[in-house]
Amino acid sequence: MSPAPRDRLAALPRGGPGLARRAWNALVLAGCGAGLALVLLPMIMLVAHIVARGLPGLSLAFFVSMPKPVGEPGGGMANAIVGTMILVGACGLIAVRVGGGTGLYLAEYGRGPFAGAVRYAAELLAGVPSIVVGVAAYGLVVLTIGHFSAIAGAIALAILMLPTIVRSTEEVVRLVPRSYREAALALGAPRWRVVQSVVLPAASAGIVTASMLALARAAGETAPLLLTALGNRFWSVALDQPIASLPVMIFDYARAPYSDWNQQAWTGALVLLLLVTAVSAMLRLAVRRIG
Amino acid sequence: MKPRAGWMSLATQTRPPSVAPARGESAPPPPAPAASAPGAPPVAEAPDAISVRDFSLFYGAHPALKHIGFDVPAHSVTAIIGPSGCGKSTLLRSFNRMNDLIAGVRTEGEVRVAGLDVRSADVVELRRRVGMVFQRPNPFPKSIFDNVAFGLRLLGIRDRAELEARVEQSLLRAALWNEVRDRLNRSALQLSGGQQQRLCIARCLAVEPEVILMDEPASALDPTATARIEELVLDLKRAYTIVVVTHNMQQAARISDRTAFLLDGELIEIDETPRLFTSPSRKLTEDYITGRFG
Amino acid sequence: MTSSAPAIGRPLARADVRARAGLADPAYRALLTLFAVGVFAVLALIVWECARGAAPSLAAFGWRFLVSADWDPVAEKFGALPYLYGTLVTSAMAMLLAVPPCIGAAVFLAELAPRGFGAVASFLVELLASITSIVFGVWGLFVLAPWLRVVIEPWLIAHLGFLPLFRGFPFGLGFLNAGIVLAIMIAPTIVSISREILLATSRTLREASLALGATRAESLAVTLDAARPGILGAMILALGRALGETMAVTMVIGNTNRISASLLGSGATMASVIANEFTEATSKLHLAALIELALVLFAVTVVLNAAARLLVRWTTGGRRDVAGAA
Repeated sequence: MSPAPRDRLAALPRGGPGLARRAWNALVLAGCGAGLALVLLPMIMLVAHIVARGLPGLSLAFFVSMPKPVGEPGGGMANAIVGTMILVGACGLIAVRVGGGTGLYLAEYGRGPFAGAVRYAAELLAGVPSIVVGVAAYGLVVLTIGHFSAIAGAIALAILMLPTIVRSTEEVVRLVPRSYREAALALGAPRWRVVQSVVLPAASAGIVTASMLALARAAGETAPLLLTALGNRFWSVALDQPIASLPVMIFDYARAPYSDWNQQAWTGALVLLLLVTAVSAMLRLAVRRIG
Repeated sequence: MKPRAGWMSLATQTRPPSVAPARGESAPPPPAPAASAPGAPPVAEAPDAISVRDFSLFYGAHPALKHIGFDVPAHSVTAIIGPSGCGKSTLLRSFNRMNDLIAGVRTEGEVRVAGLDVRSADVVELRRRVGMVFQRPNPFPKSIFDNVAFGLRLLGIRDRAELEARVEQSLLRAALWNEVRDRLNRSALQLSGGQQQRLCIARCLAVEPEVILMDEPASALDPTATARIEELVLDLKRAYTIVVVTHNMQQAARISDRTAFLLDGELIEIDETPRLFTSPSRKLTEDYITGRFG
Repeated sequence: MTSSAPAIGRPLARADVRARAGLADPAYRALLTLFAVGVFAVLALIVWECARGAAPSLAAFGWRFLVSADWDPVAEKFGALPYLYGTLVTSAMAMLLAVPPCIGAAVFLAELAPRGFGAVASFLVELLASITSIVFGVWGLFVLAPWLRVVIEPWLIAHLGFLPLFRGFPFGLGFLNAGIVLAIMIAPTIVSISREILLATSRTLREASLALGATRAESLAVTLDAARPGILGAMILALGRALGETMAVTMVIGNTNRISASLLGSGATMASVIANEFTEATSKLHLAALIELALVLFAVTVVLNAAARLLVRWTTGGRRDVAGAA
């Protein structure tokens, strides 16, 4: 009978970790915490500044009056706010349909190399810079129509939203319990009916939420609109004419050499921040509570 | 332990074996902040490798373990059985405080493992002296050698010859050496599931634990690989104290000296394995081992 | 999932239902497939439109477009070098500033933070990703620029002015400002993707290393090692965003077509010059040159994204395979 084999090599040192290991541990952990602070701090400062400088200009007039000419005090961004709503609405109509259809395809029939390629293409599309999408939409729509227009802007925004909607639709539809489908199939419903009248309604809350999130982001996009919807100092709701939008107006007002315009740019930024971030926050919280 | 020639030859290049009695070695001094010498004399008598006294554990307000109390003698295999969700893994993970990783866990009572009071001991030292083997083999995405050497390097061993000697010794003890001696630098992820699990055992043996905790170590393996792990457990108990959680009663009967039956966070019965399976003293135990529930 | 569903409902099944289903199902599937093809079509159209629009410039300048520093709309000479340079400098600076704290933050959120705090902080980081570029631009222009001009840049000139990087005058607007704004903007991308990768990689590895008596930091080293390709992927994705970011950069970089060795100097990026000059392009060739910039930007970001996505997939998917190897 041999003794316990561990007696053959010298016993390993006993005791807890030494000072060096403890110090390194503390250093690394503190470093990670500092990293988080460093990431969050500028963001918090940014939000604080936007609120502090934007709030003084926030009034009902900002939402309901038109921009005034240079030198005249007051005025608002009513046309830009309405313009952004029109752009976002039109882009939503396009993107939710195409993106939702693609997402549904991926979730229901999405096996094999073609589906994999579609997913990958959508991911690549998500990485295309928005200004490039603007250039493409310019060539595609603005040159075809012959002038800048709201519809060109909506198409550019729709392209930008597409990947998000494709991906989240697929995820949400996949979450619909298998038993729903099986129950409907077992009742003798054909596949397309099952999808249309059982799967889609069950997934609709999720699809709507995801689309709203994507729309909120689209509402803040600026670069592609510069090349497509252009902007408009006047009231216009026509889809085939240049249209004002909040982000483009903020851009113009921030770069203008007039301090009252700059003030309006701050207020516009605050409105945009509230619009986009508050909508995102509420939707995400709602999703968390459901999920 | 057949292939012994390998590490016998290593003995020459190491210090003479310390004459620690089997039990005394598992009772080192309490974690004094000062450096404790390798050959520190055993202090207090630790009659058992693990002793649990009126131990309860809560997830938030929900009690997962209720007033557990039992002892595990050194150099034995103790199996913990019970239906899923009864708290067996939680109990096992209390012995090396892996439950610390879960937020909202609170414990009451006392657990002493390898002479350390689990609640007050330095958690890093505790875990180093209490090895753990998980349900799924979890080798690091590194080479076979680096997997086994991982814990040694943590302890500050840099000398290549010593590392090699200790890695070989650990792989021998885990009955894996002959299968991997020619490919120590290959990725551990290329091994089969059973080999990966034995590698994880070797990795844990390398740092010379006194107690080894095994959480369903064979449940993810095929029958052949399972048989090899069971053989290994029987072999290892000569040098180590082993606690193994299993949902497989045949396995418990095959490998353990003592078996504990846990139900809904309560220790229903603990006894010599043959007796527990042939003449349990509690009705609940009998119902469980005869398959009435679970 | 069976496809021969109608057969199951035999007692009530009518022949015509089955016949209609036989036609309707493939038709439905074809319709959805058409939408899916649409995604490819969009990508292809982007390439096509950019290539078509850039054709005059491609024909006129060829490869010289990328190496010439001469951008003169009046003389109809277009060389993109200043913008390539500006894009490179600002993105590199953003990465240098953002990566170290972001990895620390991701590790903190994935591994160290108490659960409640981790959830709140992760939520904040997600929200920050939704702040739009124009808002960063306004902040960079009105808050960061004056601060840089009055405090930071004079200090840099006084103490580090011996380096060419920090020579010049404190304008507030320029590469330094753009780099800082970009760093803040890409931070949420790096943090949230790295965090997810760490969460996907780490659980089993973390338990394994801690159970061997590793300290938290030593256990992190193992996890980070395994997550390295995925984190690299997150960084490349962020780089792609930085390269293509337009509005915030346009507002703070100063918009000149110079190649300045100093970070305090002004310049322009590919994206910013498109935004600035596109609607005021003076000639067909000018417009074509701007579209060619978009084409270059597209090519670079697509290549980067393709690589990054593969890395991220490989890390997370690969780990799942490893875990299931038993």
